[in-house]
Amino acid sequence: MTAWMKNGGPDSDIVLSSRVRLARNLAHTQFPQRLEGDQGKAVMNQIAQAVETLKPGWQLQWQPLSEVSGIDRQVLVEKHLASPALVQDPVRFEGVVIDPTETVSLMVNEEDHLRLQVFLSGLQLNEAWQLANRLDDELESVLDFSYDANFGYLTACPTNLGTGLRASVMVHLPALVLTRHVPQLFTALAQIGVVVRGLYGEGSDVAGNIFQISNQVSLGFSEEEFIHNLTVVAEQIVGRERNARYLLTQSHALELADRVGRAWGVLTHARIISSEEALRLLSDVKLGEDLGLLTVPGKASFSELALMTRSGYLMKEAGRELSPGERDELRASILRKNLLAHDEGEQ
Amino acid sequence: MSPSNPVPLSCQRCQRRPASVHFTRVVNGEKSERYLCEECAREEGAYHFMLDPQLTVHNVLGGLIGQVPESSPQGASSHVACPHCGYTYQRFAETGRLGCDRCYETFRPQLDPLVRRIQGAVTHHGKIPSRAGARLKVRQQVEQLRDQLHQAVEAEAFEEAAKLRDEIRRLEVSATEE
Ligand SMILES: [Zn+2]
Ligand SMILES: [Zn+2]
Repeated sequence: MTAWMKNGGPDSDIVLSSRVRLARNLAHTQFPQRLEGDQGKAVMNQIAQAVETLKPGWQLQWQPLSEVSGIDRQVLVEKHLASPALVQDPVRFEGVVIDPTETVSLMVNEEDHLRLQVFLSGLQLNEAWQLANRLDDELESVLDFSYDANFGYLTACPTNLGTGLRASVMVHLPALVLTRHVPQLFTALAQIGVVVRGLYGEGSDVAGNIFQISNQVSLGFSEEEFIHNLTVVAEQIVGRERNARYLLTQSHALELADRVGRAWGVLTHARIISSEEALRLLSDVKLGEDLGLLTVPGKASFSELALMTRSGYLMKEAGRELSPGERDELRASILRKNLLAHDEGEQ
Repeated sequence: MSPSNPVPLSCQRCQRRPASVHFTRVVNGEKSERYLCEECAREEGAYHFMLDPQLTVHNVLGGLIGQVPESSPQGASSHVACPHCGYTYQRFAETGRLGCDRCYETFRPQLDPLVRRIQGAVTHHGKIPSRAGARLKVRQQVEQLRDQLHQAVEAEAFEEAAKLRDEIRRLEVSATEE
């Protein structure tokens, strides 16, 4: 269902996904935060109608968030199809538009009227941009977007002006973390206008060693230049991570094998596991798999397994709200099943 | 984005840990560059600005915008309201968000330096939407023709001026018909 979470795409051992987001607003309409009553409904309807006129190939489905349950909203956030701010109560005129493969999505009435997103697996920023650009063209043929000759696309917050583009890659950097190269990398990237943050957690304690890397500014360069620059940065990071992995296998082969083996042991035998512990161990197992130290019988990708540690996902599986204790139990059981080949798994 | 001064390798606050966060602060119109380690940056409240521009930038932006002194020309206009949505620059300073797209016209004198600070540029070089872009092109054409018309009148080339005036009318009519 979430196509990009399946393994595949260039450098997908390290680059889990590429995302391109475009911020757009309807001309001469108050920004979402200021919308009231009928105006808000009018914006929602205008966008819903625009989605109707798109070519059928996009298969986009409009959903007002008022019709989405609390657990389903949380799952949307965990899949990065919605931001926490979008799904937060009280829901007024917010909505999502998503295709069945969850590759293309729109957030409606978040900070801007439209946030168009494309997710692809591996390092495919340019492909994601091409797709986003095509959808933007089609939407623009029926919607009037706010645009200024100097500032470009106008957004509620000046940090998104110009292209309205935020491109990002999600990268798994266990070896750079283990060899303590991450702070250095942050320094270098900050100086060239690239922002790094942990996907789960902050600072040096990033669970799962998954980092999101994105462009800080959106004005002054063309979309192609922003995309190209970030692609080059991502390629550099991939190179450094590969190098760090190689050095680790040369200098600490035994410790590495021990670490991976322990992670596998706990993940496949634990009956209670927290999300932090699960992410940490999944990262070790993924590294072990990438280095050929072990074979995981299960078919689920690292991105899918990481999603399975999330509380919204677990509650969706259970079909009800769960206490933290119940979540830890269900998490252990779901991970066990998905890591071990189906049917051979301990039930 | 590219600092002209040499970039310090260790944190400017504790002088100990490596600098991993870079930010620009503006106090009373004075711009200062800071290079800090994560811990110090967090203590100075800049951490989120760097690491999560989406969610917490408004707090930091609010700080930047709010530091316009009342006595400056910008301060004086902080009570001007956008004629289209009623938003004031003061509200923008508090929330970090504008009220509508036309706030950018209303507050352009204050926004220009702010945008330059945040984005490192003030001129868009990217995609031009085809419809809004077409209208912009017509407007630019009309402005060019008006210049030519002015020159033609000054040179007393009245036949030429009449042609230009007709052309301007034609463009303006076609623009309003769209
Ligand atoms: Zn420090
Ligand atoms: Zn306004």
